[in-house]
Amino acid sequence: MAEAMMKRNTKIHETKVDRVFNVVVYVLIALLLLLFIYPIWFVLMASFSDPQYVNAGALLIYPRGFTTMGYKMVFSDDRIWTGYLNTIFYAGVGTVLATMVQVMAGYALSRKDLPGRSIFMLLFVFTMYFSGGLIPFYLVVKELNLVNTRFLMIVTGLASVYNIIIVRSFFASSMPVELYEAASIDGCTNQRYFFSIVLPLSKAIIAVIALYCLVAQWNSYFNAMIFLSDRSKYPLQLFLREILLAAQTYSDPSAVQGDAVAAAQMEIMGEVIKYGVIVVSTLPVIIIYPFLQKYFVQGVMIGSIKG
Amino acid sequence: MQKAQAPSLPQTDRQRRRHLVWKQMKANYFLYLFLLPATLHILVFSYWPMYGIQIAFKDFFAFKGIEGSPWVGLKHFVKFFESPRFLTLLGNTLSISLYSLIAGFPIPIMLALLLNYTPKQGLKRFTQTVSYAPHFISIVVMAGMINVFLSPRSGFVNTILGFFGVDPIFFMGNPAAFKHIYVWSGVWQGMGWSSIIYLAALSGVSPELHEAAIIDGANKLQRIWHIDIPTIMPTMVILLVMNFGSVMNVGYEKAFLLQNSLNINASEIISTYTYKIGLQQAQYSYSTAIGLFNNVINLVLLISVNKVAKALSGSSLW
Repeated sequence: MAEAMMKRNTKIHETKVDRVFNVVVYVLIALLLLLFIYPIWFVLMASFSDPQYVNAGALLIYPRGFTTMGYKMVFSDDRIWTGYLNTIFYAGVGTVLATMVQVMAGYALSRKDLPGRSIFMLLFVFTMYFSGGLIPFYLVVKELNLVNTRFLMIVTGLASVYNIIIVRSFFASSMPVELYEAASIDGCTNQRYFFSIVLPLSKAIIAVIALYCLVAQWNSYFNAMIFLSDRSKYPLQLFLREILLAAQTYSDPSAVQGDAVAAAQMEIMGEVIKYGVIVVSTLPVIIIYPFLQKYFVQGVMIGSIKG
Repeated sequence: MQKAQAPSLPQTDRQRRRHLVWKQMKANYFLYLFLLPATLHILVFSYWPMYGIQIAFKDFFAFKGIEGSPWVGLKHFVKFFESPRFLTLLGNTLSISLYSLIAGFPIPIMLALLLNYTPKQGLKRFTQTVSYAPHFISIVVMAGMINVFLSPRSGFVNTILGFFGVDPIFFMGNPAAFKHIYVWSGVWQGMGWSSIIYLAALSGVSPELHEAAIIDGANKLQRIWHIDIPTIMPTMVILLVMNFGSVMNVGYEKAFLLQNSLNINASEIISTYTYKIGLQQAQYSYSTAIGLFNNVINLVLLISVNKVAKALSGSSLW
């Protein structure tokens, strides 16, 4: 491989500047790794530590006073279970439907022989740069009677223009026009061409889009916050917000002095639960993603092709 | 493809072309069917709200509906421009986003170059994987992490500062610290992910160029400057334009979560204000006017930056 050859060449011709450069590279990489790993390690460590040490800021490198009390409290909290179930439902159904809608639209837009294709593109892309804004959107949802419905949580994420463009670029660059022409001369219909030729060749793009939709659904909270009033319909992120951020003012030392014991009690339990909750809500994603990394990266690459 | 069964043959060129397009549309009806769900979605959830923008120029009353509410001209815009909050909001929005842009733009490029020059492939891959991880932390959890890390008593940032004899600082309650917290946590979360696109561009650098440069005695810094940077320049320009295009769209979801009563003067931006005015205080028309102002500025910025980029470097979004 050319790259390997290059590597060998560099060794032979290594200048003084290059040697210093390599040292700097290693130092920077080490610092970066520390910067990325330490915060995550701290959360893990704190979630297993005695709240006494956590609250005193006595943790730095390893957990102290090992306990799973935090996790017991997290798992006995109904909000976590309700939230998880709702999110799995929204993310599951939402991802399947959104992937279908986006792959279909992206494929159609990739076909150069489709009359009106540029009009559709314009219609779609314009919405990336201009929108009605929050209140007009809210009024539309209200008009449709979708406020406080599970359906809304799924339907709002269905058509992401950004994803549709990724799909379109993928098909435009990987499915040559000649392929369709040849098939259609042989009497292949559009339907058959899509289902028996295009679809089997598009596993990668389907994986990319499904993952993007899944992550988007998993992370979204704003629409849920605006439109949902039944707590039984809340996705996980809304409950997380409650647990992680609602008691925010207690972190302010001057606020605690006011209502003494109750606040202090709340603070002790609150901090432990927070770390546990962060781990419980984030770990699944962080553990799964390295296995799917190549699809995410592929998505970015395809998205960068202009076409 | 199919036998043309037109009863009367088209006469002029124009007619013939129209006939052809019609035939092509009919042959591709299946593709229009494919476009239908996404188009419907866009029409309902993106274009229908645009029709509602008119309430920015009206006094909206729910019982009168959008059409029935009386026109009031620029009343709400004037109210916004004259309100004492206007300059603070605009200032916060612009300073936070420009700061994000200035810090967030070069760092992924440097990271990509750094990874590209990491001698050990395994180390490179490991660092990549680790650096993408924060991208998958949800905004809510990210805001929660920022809060616990910066807590004056239990957060590790203050613990570490304590070693250097610094007294605990209540960062989240300090308006002056908000911008830095917002921007640098964003850099932490996004740098790995944003570097992917530059890594892809760097892998397109032709090895012959590097070989030739090595033979000519160029060191790595010179190679970065004279080979790598020029190659990824178009990618850089396009991303810069795109970032500028979202200058007014500061991540309001995150800003909203990081707000508290102590830092609100520095953390209130136009988009979070729109939410509060509109949905918490139900001043629909006023909120829509503020949102529209934000959107228009954004669009104008995007178009002008794109023009400048096109003139300067030949790369542009459209």
